[in-house]
Amino acid sequence: MYRYDEFDERIVRERVAEFRGQVARRLSGELSEEEFKPLRLMNGLYLQLHAYMLRVAIPYGALTSRQMRQLAMIARKYDKGYGHFTTRQNIQFNWPALIDVPDILDDLADVEMHAIQTSGNCIRNVTSDPYAGAAEGEVDDPRIWGEVIRQWSSLHPEFSFLPRKFKIAVTANSADRAAIKVHDIGLRLYRNDEGDRGFEVLVGGGLGRTPVIGEIIRSFLPEKHLLSYLEAVMRAYNVSGRRDNKYKARIKILVSTDPDDFRRAVEEEWAKSDKDRLDAPLEELLRIRRHFAPPRFEKLGADSAIFEAARRQSDEFARWASVNLVAHRQPGYAIVNISLKPIGAPPGDINADQMEAVADLAERYSFDEIRATHEQNLCLPHVRKDDLYEVWRALDKAGLATPNIGLVSDIIACPGLDYCDLANARSIPVAERIAERFSDASSAVDIGELKIKISGCINACGHHHVGHIGILGVDKKGEEFYQVTLGGSGAEDASIGAITGRSFSSSEVVDAVGRLVDFYKSNRRSGERFLDAYRRLGPDPFKEVLYGDAPHH
Amino acid sequence: MATLRIIDGDIFIDDRSIGPEITIAEWREGVRPEAGRFELSVPNTEDVEALSEVIGRFNAVILEFPTFQDGRAYSQARILRERLGYKGEIRARGAVLCDQALFMVRSGFDALDIGGGDVEGFRRSLAAYSAFYQPAADAAPVVRDLRAAKRAAA
Repeated sequence: MYRYDEFDERIVRERVAEFRGQVARRLSGELSEEEFKPLRLMNGLYLQLHAYMLRVAIPYGALTSRQMRQLAMIARKYDKGYGHFTTRQNIQFNWPALIDVPDILDDLADVEMHAIQTSGNCIRNVTSDPYAGAAEGEVDDPRIWGEVIRQWSSLHPEFSFLPRKFKIAVTANSADRAAIKVHDIGLRLYRNDEGDRGFEVLVGGGLGRTPVIGEIIRSFLPEKHLLSYLEAVMRAYNVSGRRDNKYKARIKILVSTDPDDFRRAVEEEWAKSDKDRLDAPLEELLRIRRHFAPPRFEKLGADSAIFEAARRQSDEFARWASVNLVAHRQPGYAIVNISLKPIGAPPGDINADQMEAVADLAERYSFDEIRATHEQNLCLPHVRKDDLYEVWRALDKAGLATPNIGLVSDIIACPGLDYCDLANARSIPVAERIAERFSDASSAVDIGELKIKISGCINACGHHHVGHIGILGVDKKGEEFYQVTLGGSGAEDASIGAITGRSFSSSEVVDAVGRLVDFYKSNRRSGERFLDAYRRLGPDPFKEVLYGDAPHH
Repeated sequence: MATLRIIDGDIFIDDRSIGPEITIAEWREGVRPEAGRFELSVPNTEDVEALSEVIGRFNAVILEFPTFQDGRAYSQARILRERLGYKGEIRARGAVLCDQALFMVRSGFDALDIGGGDVEGFRRSLAAYSAFYQPAADAAPVVRDLRAAKRAAA
């Protein structure tokens, strides 16, 4: 894990002090809400339906136990005892008082955390693969580059007043767990035929009103030139991105209007740039790299007798193990996914006791490491197979052992109308009812991988466009309705889902999902996921199932 | 109209201009800076790189912030300083708020038209940070260099 040095610490403390002054000016009335708004947004503070919301950055989704405990403390002391993990690996507190926020930020700084640029029209917190350093097939640790980007983008003088917000995701694996194709910039580190490491650079992906898959702007960028190249992309956007219409201001509009023209503009800018000065020096890259050295894994056999015996003994454990574990690159270890999607509760929520339980487990069993995933879950990246049963028992005791990772009830949902003043409809109750519908664990396993994603409005914070089944809340004459899209994916096989037809009422939408699942089950080929069946069969039979027999009204 | 100027790291406030202002539109109509010191004003939609011949004839360039959210002039200023090596004054005009002043100075502005703005607020804001992560158009300490210096001293 990266540890702050005196300079990182100083910058974050200076930021807190600056914001403390700005909050004081707001509280004294010297600043109007209108003047204060851009300042608080640059510090992750939103004004929502009922209260302020503070979004805390978790750079590239990586947390230590100490940090997780501090989040628990903050949840208890300043909030209602819980927090909410978002689709960008951040955590949100929904009920802080404005006057407390500078103290919260100081408490975060105590554990090397901040809320810098988690909102506003600037470069947002960088996201990455939650299995970094643990998964098979990785060419390098993407967190190194996540940290390089975090530092470079923090308080960037030129790119803090962009046309619109800007999100960067980085992975170093061909399996995409960071949704890089639907980010403003997606970076995939790989080795070319000559054996050199470099990035495939995608620009202009995004969801929202106009969902777009990113364009490959450069197929191979030598890794040492990352920052100079990012500066060139950002400058092309800052200069030419639209500022006349908020809904056309994201970089995806600029890129998709004429990808070749954008590519040319970036390459011209980059050709002129002072790379020696802009790129991170090798010494600095090595310094950051040292922080991400692999933990001291034990030399173990690939199989664990303890694990196998426990599996035979407990069906519940066996089910959890088959669903929530992922293969680790180190023999004898596993990646443990912790579902934050218990049946019937808001996706991504976690209370302070649970945060502490996860912190304890990470400290004892996972080299002190915790990761947040973009699917609003957590994971312990490095657990010995011998310890899995113990870990499961502790998770189960904390209410964190729901065996549904990647399954139908592992739903992504935005906060929706329960919290957000942009929403047209509630998301959380729909997610809860769908999860309840499929609460039987063995039938959920039988259904297999099925990604349902729910957004309460067209801004698409719930990523519905890339759900295998996407659900979008719409307002119809003051009533909540839900539009269904099918065939989306945010992974390496990224695609934008297609709208099926008329929307469903709140009471109809769960049955509609049920009909889709039933149809899939009776028509799938062996081993075929819902998404694969949809891609093979095409939209028509699924539409027939959705609308054919249903009464029209 | 008060102008805040930073000269060798010190802040000065006065209300003098460098000289008569010529807009880029007037320049294109044939107006030329002759006999004395002149300022060139450039909208934030201009590609300043294409003006490299022009700006050398002016003692100051005025860049515009129509609203504080419109950040195009930050790029213009960096291009003027870092790519074209412009040594004259670069002045920010329009929505120049104290909370953005530091970004402006880091991007290469050395003068800010602050109107009736709170001078103390600008002073405070310009002194809020002691180091920065990224190299830009100013001489502020960059963290990577501080780290290197510390390594060298160790």
